[in-house]
Amino acid sequence: MWSDLFLLPFLTGLCLALILPVLGCFLRLRDEWLAALAYAHVAAAGALLALVGGLSPAFGGMAAAALAGASKRVFARRLAGGAAFALLLLAGWAVAVLLAANQPLAERLGHALFDGQLYFSGGAQLALVAPWAVFAGAMLLVLSRHLLLARVYPDYFQARHLRAWPVMLGFDLVAALTLALATMTMGVMGGFALIFVPAWIVFRRAPGWRRGLLLATLLGVAGYTAAFMLALWLDQPFGPVLALLLIVLGLVIA
Amino acid sequence: MSAPLLRARALVAGWQGPATAPLDFVLENGRILGLTGPNGVGKTTILSALAGRARVFSGLLEMRPGLRLALQTQDVPPVAGVPLTGRELLELTAAPADGLPPWLGGRLDLRLDRLSGGQRHYLALWAILQAPADLVLLDEPTNNLDAAGVAHLVTALRERVASGGGVVLVSHDHDFVAQVCDQVIVLREVPDVV
Repeated sequence: MWSDLFLLPFLTGLCLALILPVLGCFLRLRDEWLAALAYAHVAAAGALLALVGGLSPAFGGMAAAALAGASKRVFARRLAGGAAFALLLLAGWAVAVLLAANQPLAERLGHALFDGQLYFSGGAQLALVAPWAVFAGAMLLVLSRHLLLARVYPDYFQARHLRAWPVMLGFDLVAALTLALATMTMGVMGGFALIFVPAWIVFRRAPGWRRGLLLATLLGVAGYTAAFMLALWLDQPFGPVLALLLIVLGLVIA
Repeated sequence: MSAPLLRARALVAGWQGPATAPLDFVLENGRILGLTGPNGVGKTTILSALAGRARVFSGLLEMRPGLRLALQTQDVPPVAGVPLTGRELLELTAAPADGLPPWLGGRLDLRLDRLSGGQRHYLALWAILQAPADLVLLDEPTNNLDAAGVAHLVTALRERVASGGGVVLVSHDHDFVAQVCDQVIVLREVPDVV
């Protein structure tokens, strides 16, 4: 399995398995875990729109997710309580299904995006995902203290005359773009499983924040590696195998 | 002599509309100001105005330029279900752990949601009180504290201002206010505003 045929897909997914569980912890910290599904659906819709418009699906997916992440703040007051993510999810799903129903090319890509197409990832995808995973990890490291402060002491920024919006916008963009890449690499639900389950376990069991992030990463990498091998061995699609493995892991540990 | 940290002259604060009677005070470095009075007179509103959360409707509020604020509100930090230890909380605000009471110092590596309500409150309060700041604003800091906690807080507040900075605190605990504050203002009811 370690021939080039599987090595590049494995490494591409591994990069995401390193970053998605950490991102999931920050999304859960902000009570925004629904964002994972919302950005993934928006990215899928953007990729299909781009395909229909003769543009690169990868560009379309990332642009749509970034636009959603940035514009969410504009409507923050009207769409409090997670409504923004629910509406984004519905809008992304509706656009994607309508495009797939009316465009044969979009239908094929739509299936690939929702089911996951990790085994078809090549060098170009890895060249995009690997540096982004490093950048996103560094950004989360930089934003970490402020994101925690915003949760524990929401008045901290105002009392210190600091602007909170660059931190929040930066995080929204990192989340949106990472999820767009994850969707186009391992599918909507494969990415969501890596975002949700390790963070859920960590919030129940981890003894502290730093050790929690480490645990989330270990769980993500272990679950991903096991699912990759199991799916190949059983000749099954990767996304559902990953989701089921992580669910079992979660129910045992949490 | 350095400029005062705070100077309020006929200060009237509120949220949607004026909610406090005019207030005058000056807070010098190294001093603790207590705001007390019955419920509903606007103690928390004044504190919020100092922090920039509530509006100043009239009067004057001057702050020393570059003043760094630290604010503790009555809201309990929402840490239930979050894997954050006491030590990590203190690191967030850059507050040192030195000086914590013995009943808390040994529990710093536990998750905050594994501590009792009083322990969690004192640690959240400590993280604000000992954060690098010139002016510390505390809203009902003795809530959830037992006698040992209040006694330790009194000492910690005196040591805090002795090392620089000032404190404005709101409390309905008259004994605590009398014990720790250098100056006390008893807020009065706002005349009916229709």
